[in-house]
Amino acid sequence: MVLLLICGLFVLPLQSQTALLHRLAPGFVRSDLNGQRVDLRALRGKVVLLNFWASWCGPCQVELPAFQSWQTKYGSSGLQVITVAMDDDTQPVTAVVKKLQLRFPVVMGDDELGKKYGGILGLPITFLIARNGIIVERVNGAADLSQLEMKVHSLLSDR
Amino acid sequence: MAVKSFASDLLCLLYVQWKIGDSRGGRMLEGMYRRVAYGLLVVLMLTFGGTSTARAQLSADGTGQSAFSIPQSQLIQTDILDSMLQKQPKARPVIFQVGSHLMYSQAHIPGSIYAGPGSQASGLTLLASKVKTLQKSQLIILYCGCCPWSHCPNIGPAFKRLHDLGFTNVKALYLANNFGDDWVGKGYRVEQGN
Repeated sequence: MVLLLICGLFVLPLQSQTALLHRLAPGFVRSDLNGQRVDLRALRGKVVLLNFWASWCGPCQVELPAFQSWQTKYGSSGLQVITVAMDDDTQPVTAVVKKLQLRFPVVMGDDELGKKYGGILGLPITFLIARNGIIVERVNGAADLSQLEMKVHSLLSDR
Repeated sequence: MAVKSFASDLLCLLYVQWKIGDSRGGRMLEGMYRRVAYGLLVVLMLTFGGTSTARAQLSADGTGQSAFSIPQSQLIQTDILDSMLQKQPKARPVIFQVGSHLMYSQAHIPGSIYAGPGSQASGLTLLASKVKTLQKSQLIILYCGCCPWSHCPNIGPAFKRLHDLGFTNVKALYLANNFGDDWVGKGYRVEQGN
């Protein structure tokens, strides 16, 4: 038993995917692909769109350019897009970032970050975090971009 | 041939429009433009659509193979696999996860083995090495669940590779949305770690 626990090979349910809703977003500090520090807690006061994706995920590639355009459009109103790549390697992520000309912070995901956010066991997954740091939306799978943009817009108007 | 005919018709009508300038010629020209546009669209679809489909089907290592290439008869549903795992612990199938390692380490089907992403050549090589010692008739179950079934880049190539290696009893776990929704979210048991 001790050996199993040490190996991390134990059977347990992950926390419910809705458990994080209306709660404070789990904090994390990571370096993005450019080596810049990304600290979620330091973004309190901004609306954060936190998106988990991967280079091999087709629907993710559709969303990312939209998120980039929102960052450009709403950045000055207080939107911060942060994306987490759930690839095992950095190289294909860098290639996608370059191809899609993404300029928002992209950090590499890991086990710990995945578990903090209820288990990232399918992509894409997007969280909307209000200015007070509370998660107000979790979108599993490809988002309805026009609906999501309306929610972003609405959160930005909450001062 | 059809394009050539469209082009010559269009030139004639352009001449009529320029020479006569009447509304009938204009309407005909409008219709002609539309026909030419449709014609070009069909030509483009046949050229590029056909090529990419052929490329996907013909890629030597199987990468690019869609999940839809797996026959319906070779799919296994989550409830069937779950009861199989609970009722027949001694006759367990060999289960491989053919998606990302990051997802595997967060949660995977108990007893399943990480075999690398099927969409990458390195993943297919790892899978081939993992099945080296297995009997060709061994029941093998593959799963991924990285994204919706229709978009999964991993399961189709992995299935094809095992088929090409001569395995005769391979099933793919059908996960419509993803592993989180269709396995974890339904309360089936998982393990964590490497």
